[in-house]
Amino acid sequence: MKKLLALMLAGVMLACSLAGCGAASETPAPSNAGSTEKQTVESSTPASTASEATGEFDWKKFDGEEITVLFSEHTYADAVEEKLSEFTEKTGIKVNYSSMPEGNYFEKLNVELSSHSGSIDVFMTGAYQSWEYATAGNLEPLENFINTDLTSPEWKYDDFIPAVIDALKWDLVPGHAVGSGSQWALPMGWEVNILTYNKKILADHGINPPKTAEELLEAAKALKEFDGSGTYGLAVRGLPDWGTIHPAYMSMYSTWGAKDFEIENGKLVSKVNSPEAVAMTEYWVDLVKNGSAPQWSTYGWEMCGADLGAGKAAMMWDADRGGYTQNTPGSSNEAGNMAFGMVPYPTSAGKTEADMKSNLWVWSMAMNADSAKKEAAWYFMQYFTSPEFMLWSGVEKACTDTPRTSVLEDPAYAESVAGAEGYYEAFSTISKNASIFFTAQPYFTETTTEWAKTLQYLVTTDKYSSVQEAMDELKATMDELVSDLEVE
Amino acid sequence: MAAKKKSNEKSDLNKVPFSTRVRPYMIVAPSLIITIGIMVPFAMAIWYSLTNYSFKLPNHKFIGIQNWVNMLGDASFWGAVKISVLYGTISTVIEMLLGLGVAILLNNLNNGLSKVLRVLLVFPLMIAPVTATIVWQLMLNSSVGIVEKLLNIFGVYNFPWAAAPGTAMMTVILIDVWINTAFIILLVLAGLQSLPKSPFESAKIDGGSAWFNFINLTLPMLKPSLYIALLFRFMAALQEYAIIFALTKGGPGDSLMSLSLTAYQKGFKFQKFGAAIPYILVLWLIINIAAKRIVNRQRAAQKQAAGLEE
Repeated sequence: MKKLLALMLAGVMLACSLAGCGAASETPAPSNAGSTEKQTVESSTPASTASEATGEFDWKKFDGEEITVLFSEHTYADAVEEKLSEFTEKTGIKVNYSSMPEGNYFEKLNVELSSHSGSIDVFMTGAYQSWEYATAGNLEPLENFINTDLTSPEWKYDDFIPAVIDALKWDLVPGHAVGSGSQWALPMGWEVNILTYNKKILADHGINPPKTAEELLEAAKALKEFDGSGTYGLAVRGLPDWGTIHPAYMSMYSTWGAKDFEIENGKLVSKVNSPEAVAMTEYWVDLVKNGSAPQWSTYGWEMCGADLGAGKAAMMWDADRGGYTQNTPGSSNEAGNMAFGMVPYPTSAGKTEADMKSNLWVWSMAMNADSAKKEAAWYFMQYFTSPEFMLWSGVEKACTDTPRTSVLEDPAYAESVAGAEGYYEAFSTISKNASIFFTAQPYFTETTTEWAKTLQYLVTTDKYSSVQEAMDELKATMDELVSDLEVE
Repeated sequence: MAAKKKSNEKSDLNKVPFSTRVRPYMIVAPSLIITIGIMVPFAMAIWYSLTNYSFKLPNHKFIGIQNWVNMLGDASFWGAVKISVLYGTISTVIEMLLGLGVAILLNNLNNGLSKVLRVLLVFPLMIAPVTATIVWQLMLNSSVGIVEKLLNIFGVYNFPWAAAPGTAMMTVILIDVWINTAFIILLVLAGLQSLPKSPFESAKIDGGSAWFNFINLTLPMLKPSLYIALLFRFMAALQEYAIIFALTKGGPGDSLMSLSLTAYQKGFKFQKFGAAIPYILVLWLIINIAAKRIVNRQRAAQKQAAGLEE
């Protein structure tokens, strides 16, 4: 009896696991651009007839459909949520909307997308993440919709700021710059990484707002414990993930003239141990050790913003939005005291104001390649990236850092951000020098995590005798991580 | 014809009815289904550890023991094993000692205060570990934290806590102890209250000291309860994820990258499931070996406490 049971158990286990594995490996490959195009063209025929007949864009074409949207909790997402009922009223498309905190948003999204179940139709993403998702075939190329009858003439693709819309295009070849290839997502808002400072604290201590890297270091050191234990000069991120590298560090790294990767003999080769990269990192370690939070290595953007708002940090170098939201009336202790600087440039490395570079971040909307309701999903995307919606959210809902030229140039928008000293000037200036300075490649999360860990070791331990030694080791690790990528 | 029918009836009578024949199978069916439910994901995990299963690839293929070889050759794996075992052992030992001490005090102090304390001491168990960690993070913050203000009185400023590799482990263990000591107290207290009174009365008559009573009576009789507490705590501590993740995400550097965190990072952040699963299987193996040893000792202790074995 025992033997029989054991046999049965083993048999069932084997059958189940084989069935399970079989099912998993038979997961259909995500739809490619070609097949989707076909689908779109076919379904767009009645649309053209309808619009030809009425002469107007047919917003009701997908009346009665239902789509699912997953967003990260953010000001941009809040604005969308507020207008959901208006969208449903206009189009007849029902939206199942859910959002979750940024901390674990991408992990949740990874699981949903990888199941290829099409459980989510539209989701929020960033440019870096879209490199990984597009490579995995999770993203629907949007050119299939942009120039078709499914797009309202009022939507205006050309109105997007070129640097921002281009950041979401890529040809899927590792090492190739963004800006060509398919359009993988549409921008909701973007962020440049600039210096925000508390003008009151700086004035009280007789310090001028720093313009150069040297002035920043001096100011940050001078402001150490400016108001007792735990207060400090400059808030920057320090957790062991990509979030630590992409804002201030990458902006200064690029301003200094350093590169993350270069293509050599058809391979991506890490350049984090180049003389510029090492000089910049030496500066950075000094800046963090002597001018940043005592518990820097546990700091994400929330803690940086909170310290700035509480008056514990005199300056912050992070996303402009982070400083902006601490400055709106009633939002923090120090609201109203913030002013905005630019990107501090290293004169010691011969750089001038013209060399300022800000690494940018784009919160964007993308479509799941496995979605079964792509047309309805596209209606959602175009509605919530339209000039009309973006002007409303920019002016009324504090969705600053607009990706649309028409909104940026609108007097109502300029007036709405006028309360933040230097913000409009900084944003308009830096946006001309802002781009994604990372090399597009599908191992972005891994390479930047290793990078952030190296910075943590440099700041908090004596593990390495020099920055050069640490960066040499990091280079070897990064080279190993991307070793299987073939660059054409 | 009639004879044939008769013989049929006869064989029917000899035959065990269908319902009787399937009865044994029906009885074991629920536990069999549950066992399969547990074993299938486990078997699939082993299978996936032999593939290049990744969120980034549309399909996966069998790659043999490549993931295992990579893991064993990776210095960070051995670091993760060390961190998991160190964290599990130190936090469990401290919690056991502290829990035992507090439980004995509460048991001896049988008055109104002890009743209030019994309720209060359980509070940390009712808070989700992530929430407790965030509260501790604020308390340990160098600018607004209450602990920092206390340390300032003693002339200590800007103690790094979780921000430096040298003190990070101590900090997460401190939080673990704060949350989980209550669990040990509860179990040990229940054990203490179920002990028979007569041996203690005899010892009292014979004039045994408190220490003599503790070593020769309380401890041997309490051992089964202590092993149960140890088993649950040690298993959970080896797997600990929430506190470390909420506090430092495994940093600074790799200083808190335990097996659970490494597996999570590889699986969910880097989207390489095939490479992540061996880490979890190794963790399972460590827990399994530890649990087996503790259970054996618990059984022996139980026999000893019942006077069946010296």
